Amino acid sequence: MAFGSAAISIGKDQSLRGGTRLTLGRILIYAALIVWSFIAFFPLYWTISTSFKIAPDVTQGHLIPWLDFEPRWIGWRSIGLSPDSIFSTSTVRDEFLDRFGNSVITALGSALLAVLIGSLAAYGLSRFTYRFLWLRNKDISFFFLSQLILPPVVFALPFLVLYKELALLDTTIGLMLLYTLSVLPIVIWIMRVQFDTIPIELDEAAMVDGASVWATFFRIILPIALPGMVAALIIALILCWNEYFLASLLTSTDAKTLPVMVASQTGSQGINWWAMAALSGAQIFPLVLIGIFLERYIVKGLTAGAVK
Amino acid sequence: MEEAAALKTDATLEIAASATDPQRRKLGRLILWGGSLILVVVIAAQVLDSIGAIDFGFKTWRLVAYAYLLWSVALGASQVLRRGEPGLRALFILPAALFTVAVVVFPTLFGLSIAFTNWNLQAAAGRQFNGVDNLVTMFHDSFFWNALLNMVYYMIAVVFEYAIAFGLALLLNADIRGRRFFRVLFLLPFMLSPVAVSWMVGKSLMETRFGPIAALARDLGWSNPAFFTSPWIARISIEVMDAWIWIPFILILLLAGLQAMPKEVTEAAQVDGASSWQSFWKITFPLMMPVSVTAIILRIIFKLKLADLIINVTFGGPGGATDTVSSYIYRVYRDRSNVGYGTMLAMVYLVIIIVFITMLLNFVNKRMQKIT
Repeated sequence: MAFGSAAISIGKDQSLRGGTRLTLGRILIYAALIVWSFIAFFPLYWTISTSFKIAPDVTQGHLIPWLDFEPRWIGWRSIGLSPDSIFSTSTVRDEFLDRFGNSVITALGSALLAVLIGSLAAYGLSRFTYRFLWLRNKDISFFFLSQLILPPVVFALPFLVLYKELALLDTTIGLMLLYTLSVLPIVIWIMRVQFDTIPIELDEAAMVDGASVWATFFRIILPIALPGMVAALIIALILCWNEYFLASLLTSTDAKTLPVMVASQTGSQGINWWAMAALSGAQIFPLVLIGIFLERYIVKGLTAGAVK
Repeated sequence: MEEAAALKTDATLEIAASATDPQRRKLGRLILWGGSLILVVVIAAQVLDSIGAIDFGFKTWRLVAYAYLLWSVALGASQVLRRGEPGLRALFILPAALFTVAVVVFPTLFGLSIAFTNWNLQAAAGRQFNGVDNLVTMFHDSFFWNALLNMVYYMIAVVFEYAIAFGLALLLNADIRGRRFFRVLFLLPFMLSPVAVSWMVGKSLMETRFGPIAALARDLGWSNPAFFTSPWIARISIEVMDAWIWIPFILILLLAGLQAMPKEVTEAAQVDGASSWQSFWKITFPLMMPVSVTAIILRIIFKLKLADLIINVTFGGPGGATDTVSSYIYRVYRDRSNVGYGTMLAMVYLVIIIVFITMLLNFVNKRMQKIT
């Protein structure tokens, strides 16, 4: 009995001490979290708020709407996307929408193509043993993954000349092929891990029931691997949507994507801050939405393979 | 290529059953030979046309691309017809393999052939073989070596990015409320395009007259803040922006590693009286080694491609101080249209990267074996 009460009192003591240390620690933790949240979010806030500022508000560094400055649609009007200008004609808006469309088609097209052929290859590598000349599964995997270290500069200039010969310069298809190539290794990596986690007994059961390999893949395995495919698709989409280097070299008028348009605006001196802020804001807007609502898939895609 | 896949699903079962049917195998061989013949004929016609021997009136080489596509389909079909079940399995990997070969191997070989020429797109002369002239020029090109040296600096900075990301991952892994909220917020910079960031941060926040960061620097006593005029400050400014974009990436990997770690291990250490400092260095950090290595290597691979920030914020300036190899080659092309020399630089860079990454992986493998 005496022992028991002693033990209990010690226990209480410890938890109390632990409790106080924890609260101090917790305050520090939350403080650090808030500081970094500020660092991560401020440039975004600055961009959005600047798109509503007139010149004096920018130069005087006003930050808080309604208190510091009166927000106006000035930036959005200049690209034709404010409520009062949305129904009138605007050449800037036409160009913006054109580039936006190009970006959507290029990014979606290449991400879908990469996920399609990447998933097939990943499934094959995960389930079957291949031998091509001296190459085994391990070598074929390495061949695909090693493309990841290829920097875009290495193929940018050859492709510039090659595409001229193929009449693919400044076309969406041409750009799409290169984007597919650049995200394919990542897609194969992510999907390989997804398929490896699905037990092979499922395949075997389907085969015993008489399904062919392709029927097994489409009817049994694909539905299970779907969340992984969405994750791979979103990662590929992010990388393609933001790509600038290849687009700026290989497109000029017809197939120009949004990053190239934004970059060409920053290059010209004397561009209005509010217009630039609105343009940047419009360019990052779709991905910010994806980041907020599909964060789960992004994390899933990024961490595939890194943690087993 | 996808057509081959569709084509074969229809006929799947019966083909698998009759895999050894000699007639089918004959048909399969026929299709492959037919496809190959068409490919060879088209290439030959294109070559003859381009050297002017016979005029077929080809304006572009696109026909060769179509012939390659056709050949790919023929290859897939013949695989199924000749080999049955193993052929069906090969179809999974063929599209990706044929695609990669077409867009990597051919252009790389083509790139090698133009790396040894003096091809300037603005010169009327076209391309002429000039042997190792480009290599000689490269050895005297101080801008190129300077860009390589900058890459070393940027690589070293990865250590700092990693340290910050690890700290943030520990914070998010602590027992806190609103973890998902903070995780979304921390991830946001990774979603933004470097081009937008170069305006948002580089050209407006860091703007010397009105930018809030410049204002803050003035308040802190830096009388005349300029972020892109002196070499070291410019380099650091670029690195800060790049780190801002990529820290979330490392952070997410490390956080996943921390969450996969069994809780009992750290709890046991606490019971044994270890301080949290000790238990981090003795337990958490070593256990996180494999994840850390993956994160750092991936980050290095992406950093080797860094170009868009520099092109848009400093265009390599001041005096090449912020250049990466990629951005320098971009400038060589944009300023001088020199495709031959630019390609040679890119090829040399590729060789350096391959050697560097191979050595890195070997080193890591050896060390990891020693630890485990």
